[in-house]
Amino acid sequence: MRYAETGCNLEIDLVTGNIERIETNPEYLELFLGGLGTNVKELWDRVPPETKPFDPENLLIFAAGLLCGTPAFSCNRTVVSTVSPQNELLAYPMMGGFWAAELKYAGYDKVILRNKSPNLVYIWINNDKVEIRDASHLQGKGALETQELIKAELKQPNAHVAAIGLAGENRVFTASIEQGRSSCSRLGGGAVMGDKRVKAIAVRGTKDIYLARGTEFMEHMKEIKNYINFRNENPLPGVMTILSGIGSPQEMKHTDEKWHTENFAWGNARTRRKGFWTEEIEKSWTETQLSAIKRLISCFNCPQQCGALISYKDVPRYMMKCFSKLTYAMGAYVDDLDFSFKIVQKAQEYGVDAFSTPQIMAFAVELKEAGILTDKDFAGCPSDNQGRFHWLLDRIVRREGIGDLLADGTYYAAQRIGGGAEKFAHNTIKKHEQLPLKLGMMDPLYYLMYSTNEKISITQVEGNFPQAAFPTKEAREEFIKDWIQVPDNRFKQYLLEWEPRGENANPYFPTPEMSCEIVDWMEMLHNIDDALGFCAGMGSFCLKPPYHIHNYPKLISAATGMDIDEAGLRKTVRRSRNLHRAFNIRRGMRRADEKPPDDHWKRRFPEYEESLLDTYYEFKGWNQEGIPTKETLLELDLGYVAEDLEQRGILKDGQNTEENQNHQN
Amino acid sequence: MAKIRKKIKTIKIKADQCNGCRACEVVCSAFHASPPYSSVNPARSRIRVIRYPLDDIWVPVFAGEYAFAECMGRDKYVIDGKEYEECAFCRAVCPSRDVFKEPDSGLPLRCDMCEGEDQPLCVQQCLNDVLIFEEREEEVEEQAYPQELEVSVDTLVDKYGLDKLYDVVARRAMLDKAS
Repeated sequence: MRYAETGCNLEIDLVTGNIERIETNPEYLELFLGGLGTNVKELWDRVPPETKPFDPENLLIFAAGLLCGTPAFSCNRTVVSTVSPQNELLAYPMMGGFWAAELKYAGYDKVILRNKSPNLVYIWINNDKVEIRDASHLQGKGALETQELIKAELKQPNAHVAAIGLAGENRVFTASIEQGRSSCSRLGGGAVMGDKRVKAIAVRGTKDIYLARGTEFMEHMKEIKNYINFRNENPLPGVMTILSGIGSPQEMKHTDEKWHTENFAWGNARTRRKGFWTEEIEKSWTETQLSAIKRLISCFNCPQQCGALISYKDVPRYMMKCFSKLTYAMGAYVDDLDFSFKIVQKAQEYGVDAFSTPQIMAFAVELKEAGILTDKDFAGCPSDNQGRFHWLLDRIVRREGIGDLLADGTYYAAQRIGGGAEKFAHNTIKKHEQLPLKLGMMDPLYYLMYSTNEKISITQVEGNFPQAAFPTKEAREEFIKDWIQVPDNRFKQYLLEWEPRGENANPYFPTPEMSCEIVDWMEMLHNIDDALGFCAGMGSFCLKPPYHIHNYPKLISAATGMDIDEAGLRKTVRRSRNLHRAFNIRRGMRRADEKPPDDHWKRRFPEYEESLLDTYYEFKGWNQEGIPTKETLLELDLGYVAEDLEQRGILKDGQNTEENQNHQN
Repeated sequence: MAKIRKKIKTIKIKADQCNGCRACEVVCSAFHASPPYSSVNPARSRIRVIRYPLDDIWVPVFAGEYAFAECMGRDKYVIDGKEYEECAFCRAVCPSRDVFKEPDSGLPLRCDMCEGEDQPLCVQQCLNDVLIFEEREEEVEEQAYPQELEVSVDTLVDKYGLDKLYDVVARRAMLDKAS
């Protein structure tokens, strides 16, 4: 008997049409948990570094987290994993929604797609019955439209469908995979799905999943439930509204956008619009938002209300969450929120990442203004900001004209456009567009997270430690009083000593050692969430969340019957993180790639930043190129990884590489 | 006629507040697993959320009694421009449809209000207060059953005549004595 997990993966060869239900190795639960952890293992074992993103050998894995489908609140994430077309590193775009739980109830932990279908198809998983079906009639259809059409065609209103739109079909590097109110957006999972000619995966499941010690599990959940209620009734004082609650940012509930609109850098990560949030804007935005939102909604088994059903004017209905409300309007310098509710519907149907895409379009506008792109490139484009964004979006998803270049993201577009375009692609890390943020003083925590994390997207890295020092000692003392989530009490001391200005402020405080510990804590929590399938909004992404390092081991133990303690859990996610890093290292990622954009902060400290990175690498058990040492790998039962890296000449004499010795010289 | 006190249990459903998460289905199926919480499967739940997100339809419905036969006709509601599915609000487990049946055996499921618990589990698990449990006692005339018997006897007399009914009752009484 397998507990919490189903113990089976669905393996689909798209070229032969062979479908197999494969029992998974029970030891992997102990070694990697599930979700992202076991995805990384599959990719390490099966996708060699020579494989390119659009090679048939690239795998596209859809995984449900280990605890998805159990009664644990807010555990509903689907983790898609593949080699990213944008940077050829491991991409793991994730989504909430209802798909992951349904997959578990159908009897599978993962769907693993390999090779490419000759024709456009969709996959229909109905418990044990799995079919590859023709999707030629769905070609060019919107990602949301496709979901409804498939449900109607199958006469299965309770099925859940993950689908791509035109962007995915055309292998746009920022293509997303959409499902209900959720989407896997980052790093081009949708492009790989389109390359494999899979339009959608529909799933319906009516089977049991088992809990090893269910009563005990529910006892833990009772405590967690009480804490969720407590946090919902008691928003944190002393922090901005958006950080005061739990769940992912409550963008649909809150109408006050002063902080986001004025502090992010809009357009192509360019302008901080101080003074944007006037009384007039506030009034008009609030009215527009309230008129657009029909109902606040959630993902599977989650009490929060991070999303909304949008019913706005004559725009077909759709569901919105989080940040897309802002990214398009602010990216286009359109001050009317009306624009957002219209273009986001279109963007979701096309299936594109709402972080990268508006930045790419703003980048194109900048290039036009700088004379690098010409009137000829923009022939037929309306001259107003709104019309221009719609026009650019249409070109990008169809890869028409200039859109074909832009569809690869700002990094590659700049390379191909040339003529000085490179310096306008100023907001990428590892070739991937980042949040539009440009700040003043270098922050050691963020420096490390931006530089080193495997997610390559800050929103999925930060979280449990406050983003900024509290202004007064009283506020700090108040905050640490009931800070039960800290892995160790010393973190409370770090926060107490951290001040907005003076000696104990950024960039030198928290000290490099403290910064390593804090970053490690936050990354660890994200890795746990992503293996178990929890929404980061209830674990790693917010202040004082309901789930943390002290209650996760209890939940995992009760659900799986595998007794694991805090130390064991830390080690497990450290193992998958190091395997993950080794996968990227094997694909060529090195220290030189690990840096935030040059203009991310105005005040930079090159030498100090290097020493931060040194300290962090050492703390993690990596050499000075960021490669896990043999010792680290052996300690984590990853001897086979050390051997592989040695054979490839990446890891030498167990510790340091030649490159590293050069670096130290 | 004697009065008796009867317990009425109600779950008030504030459908407008439902965010469609299906936590109620999850916990219901887990609680009713044997042993409790040993497995989870919303398809075995005795509450289901009728869910058509784009139509703004999220309606939790509880499983009612098993019905041997279908109704003569079906209903379909349109409320505030929203068209609900056929027999949407009917709680019966009926041959006309698959809802509220065990997915493997097809046996009917029925909401038992989680007998023995303080409140039904779905109510406890719904943190948005969509499901509100209410319990009250009502005084009712203890005449329902005699009346029902009278009606039944009348029907039998009508159908078979008083003589035949005497015979049957007498025969039954003798059998009863003998055993």
